[in-house]
Amino acid sequence: MNPLAKLLEAALFAASRPLTLEELASLEPASGEAAVRAALDELCAAYAGDDHGVELVEIAQGWQFLTRREYAETIERAQFALRPRRLSPAALETLAIVAYRQPVGRLEVDEIRGVDSGAVIDKLVERGLIEIVTRGEGLGRPLLYGTTPQFLEILGLKDLEELPRLEELSVALRPPTPAEPE
Amino acid sequence: MTAPTAPEPQVPPSSVAVLQESAGFVVELEQFSGPLDLLLHLIREDEVDITDLPIAKIADQFLAVIHELGLDQAADYLEMAARLLRIKAQMLLPRRLGDDEWEDPRSELVRRLLEYQQIRELVAWLQRAAARRAEQFGRGYEQPQPDAPPAPLQIELNELLAAAERVITLIPEPMLHRVVPRPLDVEGATERILALLAEHEECGWSDVVGLRATIVEVLSAFIALLELAKRGSLTIRQPEPFAPMVIRRESPREVA
Repeated sequence: MNPLAKLLEAALFAASRPLTLEELASLEPASGEAAVRAALDELCAAYAGDDHGVELVEIAQGWQFLTRREYAETIERAQFALRPRRLSPAALETLAIVAYRQPVGRLEVDEIRGVDSGAVIDKLVERGLIEIVTRGEGLGRPLLYGTTPQFLEILGLKDLEELPRLEELSVALRPPTPAEPE
Repeated sequence: MTAPTAPEPQVPPSSVAVLQESAGFVVELEQFSGPLDLLLHLIREDEVDITDLPIAKIADQFLAVIHELGLDQAADYLEMAARLLRIKAQMLLPRRLGDDEWEDPRSELVRRLLEYQQIRELVAWLQRAAARRAEQFGRGYEQPQPDAPPAPLQIELNELLAAAERVITLIPEPMLHRVVPRPLDVEGATERILALLAEHEECGWSDVVGLRATIVEVLSAFIALLELAKRGSLTIRQPEPFAPMVIRRESPREVA
């Protein structure tokens, strides 16, 4: 294996979170990003086969070694690691709205959900799944929220582009209503 | 308000049980995450077209369910109930045929319902994605620290004594109060006198206090006698100065 690929392997093994391309490139600035990409490809290929219990996964705009799915139950039964607790429907509704409408304020989330979402939003901020990204215009300059890399990580997404497109959903957003008067 | 023909909306038994315990104030329901969720539930159950909502029927069902679940005190649900009733009323207003100006009063609600339904679909997608991600573990997994069993305590006697000393010095000096027993037993004496008079219509002082009365007993008996005389339960007479007094039973005076 190429020495740079081995270095990346060591760094990814040591890290407890996904490492981005920039972070990996900073290990050996002289190599250049293209070389890092090539090394990453080599590493991915090395772990893609059936020879390993872990695989290199592209996740949350970075790369991370994760155990293969088939071992999840055995590892969990032995309590070496446990699946994270599932999010409540209220939390998931709020996450979905923030993910698609970001940057979005609390009022808009309340309006779409039809219930007060302040407590849920605070909890999601606390868990690091959403964060305040800016302040909106208008009365009181409301706080606007957006999703974090942690959000992508718990869903196993590379980036927000992987979320389903709204037009792919079976429900159309707007019913065929008569055209609004100009 | 209630349409007699409307079928009973199905209420999940689990949520009813939860609600009956916390009657009066509902914080969270596992079944519905809000009024829109409840509306969608009713719509699905009735299998009606969401874009052509039978608003009167849905409004009645909505009111019945929030009443049954004790949600009729939750602001979010009440607001939706009010909105439904307003739309229902607007639908009843007469309108001319071919009126182009007429705007369906349901359209805003339908738009919100469809939008919410879309969110629910996204929620299902996110749930699947999170469940799939949870099948893989990364490195550096930190065990949630449950109540770890305490390590066996190893301690020298001197350390233990020093620790006890530190705790003891922190205890404030206790405030001591001397409790003085009430010396007179007027109630006891009163009972004794009344018992005595219940048997005899008349008795003397020596009958009341006995032969070897302490000063406390004498005082208690005397105060009791005066009190009973004042209440009119008995009369005290002394035929001549320094003669033994005669205590006589009297039925209490009627209070005017």
